[in-house]
Amino acid sequence: MAYLPFLDRSHSIAKPGFSRWMVPPAALCIHLCIGEAYAFSVFNLPMTKLIGVSQSAPTDWSIPELGWIFSIAIFVLGFSAALFGRWVEEGGPRQAMFTSALCWAGGFIISAIGVYIHNLWIVYIGYGLVGGCGLGLGYISPVSTLIKWFPDRPGMATGMAIMGFGGAAFIAAPLSVWLMSRFTTATHIGVAETFIVLGAIYFVFMMVGTFIVRVPAPGWKPEGYTPPTQASKLITTSDVYVYDALKTPQFWCIWIVLCVNVTAGIGVLGQASAMSQEMFPGRITAVAAAGFIGLASLFNMLGRFFWASASDYIGRKNTYFCFMVLGFLLYCAVPYMGSIGSIVGFVVCFLVIYTMYGGGFATVPAYLRDMFGTRYVGAIHGLLITAWSMAGIFGPVLVNYIRQYNIDHGVPKAQAYNITMYIMAGLFVIGFIANALVKAVDKRHHMKPETDSATAAMRAGAAGQPAGA
Amino acid sequence: MADSNQQTGTTGLQLALAWLFVGIPLTWGVIQTLMNAMKLFQ
Repeated sequence: MAYLPFLDRSHSIAKPGFSRWMVPPAALCIHLCIGEAYAFSVFNLPMTKLIGVSQSAPTDWSIPELGWIFSIAIFVLGFSAALFGRWVEEGGPRQAMFTSALCWAGGFIISAIGVYIHNLWIVYIGYGLVGGCGLGLGYISPVSTLIKWFPDRPGMATGMAIMGFGGAAFIAAPLSVWLMSRFTTATHIGVAETFIVLGAIYFVFMMVGTFIVRVPAPGWKPEGYTPPTQASKLITTSDVYVYDALKTPQFWCIWIVLCVNVTAGIGVLGQASAMSQEMFPGRITAVAAAGFIGLASLFNMLGRFFWASASDYIGRKNTYFCFMVLGFLLYCAVPYMGSIGSIVGFVVCFLVIYTMYGGGFATVPAYLRDMFGTRYVGAIHGLLITAWSMAGIFGPVLVNYIRQYNIDHGVPKAQAYNITMYIMAGLFVIGFIANALVKAVDKRHHMKPETDSATAAMRAGAAGQPAGA
Repeated sequence: MADSNQQTGTTGLQLALAWLFVGIPLTWGVIQTLMNAMKLFQ
């Protein structure tokens, strides 16, 4: 970005004395903002009453129409992360974070205009398309930078950032509700004003992250850390070019593992409130179910840090083995908990499942680093996020359609989820096999010295710097 | 735009401010969530 040189990678190289512990807060500045997407549902009901105010008018938007806003945003997240991953990797974290801030805040402002003039297509474009690009760029932008700053503990470092994405809804939901209450009057629902304020807050917050973030100087390593000179069984010391990674079976095995883990989690996460009430009729109320959702979100967030940090000690492959084995056992146990009426057992099973759902997201960047090296890990991570997009379709479809099929065929509601639980358990068997097939990447996929030089020259050209700067 | 890389070292105050900047809203959100989650046990 010649017009804003401050954003270039070359201008964000840390000077001696810079603490690497400044980078996780910078990453959190981004993830705590873009994770708002998980709380977007708080706007659904108010947005169905923008015209009618006290109740929905015929010209008001419906819930299914509004549901597309989130779906478009998540689809664009995966698409933009895959499409712009290489640009993010080669341009450095600052320009990606800055662009993400512009898109994310801009998405809110455009959506505010859409709400104000009551045109849903503008909201789709604003939050869904523009905001979705902000989501994708923001999600992957700090990942490789953190891995480079924490070569000794990459899981913990990326776990901290991705924990922010899981925890953002805790802030966004009450903040959005409070802002809407301030702007809502007897004749007006304050959604547009809330969007503008949120856009402004998020822009400032994300810009702080953009200012703080630094990339380590070439050759930098943490004090007392000796990088391995020899590749270990499952941790490479070489790099794989972003599009060459797609040609390896390892990429697709990890893609399947992530897709399975997310499918299992996201399916029940979206249906957790109704499922808990239907499995324990009269014992779990709507209010208690809301409490369960809150607790589940908290465990989802904590699991991101816990499992990713644990993977630094037990290894990435073993961490996913834990997810697959524990997930299989817990999903098999859920119908039993329902049959004996154990609410505690049911809650414990799902809370552990939610930690692994979050842990799967947070551990995968380090898994990719182990397999494909650090150079293009951010871009490869961007490509892998398509597994999330696919799981976003598989998970809810599996849970909702099988439940409905069972109910239509006379199965009591309390048992309508049993088959789904066993299917989810079966998915973990597929994930287990895929994870077991992950071996070290064949040397023919490693970047050769001449490829390194060419890529370095290309990168330097983009940054206006001589190669090696 | 001034280059913020003019500084060379990170001070303890900068580190504390950076972590508080993200830590305070996150802690507030977690407390709000825990208060709601208590309804599960009531």
